[in-house]
Amino acid sequence: MEAEVIIIDRPDVMQLHDMTAHRLSLFSSAVQAGFPSPAADYDAEPIDLNAYITQNPTATFLARVEGDSMIGAHIEPGDLVVIDRSLKPTSGRIVLAFVAGDFTIKRLMLKPDGAYLEPENPKYESIKINHPDMGRIWGVVVGIVKKV
Amino acid sequence: MITTTRFALVDCNSFYVSCERVFRPELEGVPVVVLSNNDGCVIARSNEAKALGIKMGTPYFQLKDLVKREGVEVFSSNYELYGDMSRRVVSTLSQFTPNLEVYSIDECFLDLSHLRPEEVEEYGVKIKKTVQDWTGIPVSVGVAGTKTLAKVANKLAKKRVGANGVLALNEQAEIEEALRETQVGDVWGIGRQHAKRLQQLNVTSAWDLCRMPEGWVKKNMAVTGLRTLLELRGQPCQDLEPEAPDKQNICTSRSFGRALTELKDIEEALSTHTVRCATKLRKQNSCATGVNVFLMTNRFAVTEDIYCNSRTIQLPTPTNSELELLPRALHLLKGMFRPGKRYVKVGIILTGLVPASEVQLDLFSSQNGEKHAKLMDTLDTLRQRFGHQALKYAVQGNHYEKAVKEEKRAPWMLQKQFLSSLYTTSVAGVLNIKT
Repeated sequence: MEAEVIIIDRPDVMQLHDMTAHRLSLFSSAVQAGFPSPAADYDAEPIDLNAYITQNPTATFLARVEGDSMIGAHIEPGDLVVIDRSLKPTSGRIVLAFVAGDFTIKRLMLKPDGAYLEPENPKYESIKINHPDMGRIWGVVVGIVKKV
Repeated sequence: MITTTRFALVDCNSFYVSCERVFRPELEGVPVVVLSNNDGCVIARSNEAKALGIKMGTPYFQLKDLVKREGVEVFSSNYELYGDMSRRVVSTLSQFTPNLEVYSIDECFLDLSHLRPEEVEEYGVKIKKTVQDWTGIPVSVGVAGTKTLAKVANKLAKKRVGANGVLALNEQAEIEEALRETQVGDVWGIGRQHAKRLQQLNVTSAWDLCRMPEGWVKKNMAVTGLRTLLELRGQPCQDLEPEAPDKQNICTSRSFGRALTELKDIEEALSTHTVRCATKLRKQNSCATGVNVFLMTNRFAVTEDIYCNSRTIQLPTPTNSELELLPRALHLLKGMFRPGKRYVKVGIILTGLVPASEVQLDLFSSQNGEKHAKLMDTLDTLRQRFGHQALKYAVQGNHYEKAVKEEKRAPWMLQKQFLSSLYTTSVAGVLNIKT
């Protein structure tokens, strides 16, 4: 379940900590003298893509993808993944894990015989975590930012 | 003012080292040190580095052999990263109480008055776990009835076996035990001089200090000493300060990346410092009434003349406009500059700060005041958005702090040989993942 946001032209929408500075304004109206605006009572904030892509900016980090082991989940080389550290890594979620000295993005599957990190590309094999020291989950992937 | 009856001190463990480890998990268990600006000396150490006997303030060049032999990981200070991680820690902590004082980049006091005594320990554990989960930064939590006791509790939370980084001092017996375990020199606010003097009087633990007569402490350790004594006895003398008080002076200075001989290079550095300093001034809505500039050669050089100078002028009208401050700072520098010397540091101090709203306009300068204010406002907005390098004065030169090419880097800029990536503040700096 990953949210996919397609950014058309503003790369700095990705600075997640700065929620107010990078709003994507979908429409705006000029202030006219004379008549009070009939919309004044319905004043709303513009759409905030940061709020859409993460619930918790404090715990959210970005990382750039280099490999192709998750292309089946639309995570492709060059993409930015959005990682929320405050979410519980439950079975079935895509996670950023640190395994055997390296970071990797895989789908976490908790099975009766242990925890697996599964790729979404037939070229690669699952990693079985059979020792607690072997690896740990750094955060849960909650979105992908792509540029087209 | 808030009256707090229970304080938690949350302190990040080896904060700068921990920030680096969040993005380099393989460095857990490895000795790590972080160097000061310009890669001068050690300012942060992991426990493994402490165990190797590396002391705070050790110059890097003295460590080179040990670093090689023991595989110590060395980092230049990455304040952009540490600042952002600190903001995340504070933001996480603010989930737990509306009243919080940011005491330093790695320490916060929290108001936990709303809890019942039996809830405190568990709440501390929750705070610790949440900060660790959300930010990756390990913290220690000390809870007690005064700030000074919370500091004591925090130190023991780190040290005591089985404390697991959280310690709450509720009962008098617990407080007494904690004070007996604490050296008098480790008490918050007891300086080295007082600690020495107290030890000569056989006052070695915090508990010994606690039992000294008030009159003696007031006479020999002044009112700040008395405050410490009362706080150790559980009587709060310092409340939470959620808003940092405005500063009276603001200073910006840096050592150069290497010794400089040319006035033009030093002017570049000083004008850049002045712009930074004026930005800080406007951020707290103040104006300066005086400008002080200082310039120095290497104080420890044996083979060269040592030259340090400092000059001050009073401004006709208090100001926070760079257009007013820059020419004056540069004028002061020119007056002090002596050719043929090798300079290592320049700095500016803006003095006698007053609130911008209380500035009495001078009859002759008032016409510019409003124009300057608008211009500075625009500059601040642009720089906040596009960085300080985006808009500069010609005197600041055309060098760039993050330039990759050597010739684009100013000779006065800091050496950062071991700088890690800007993982959280630059899209180009985020972690790269080979999936």
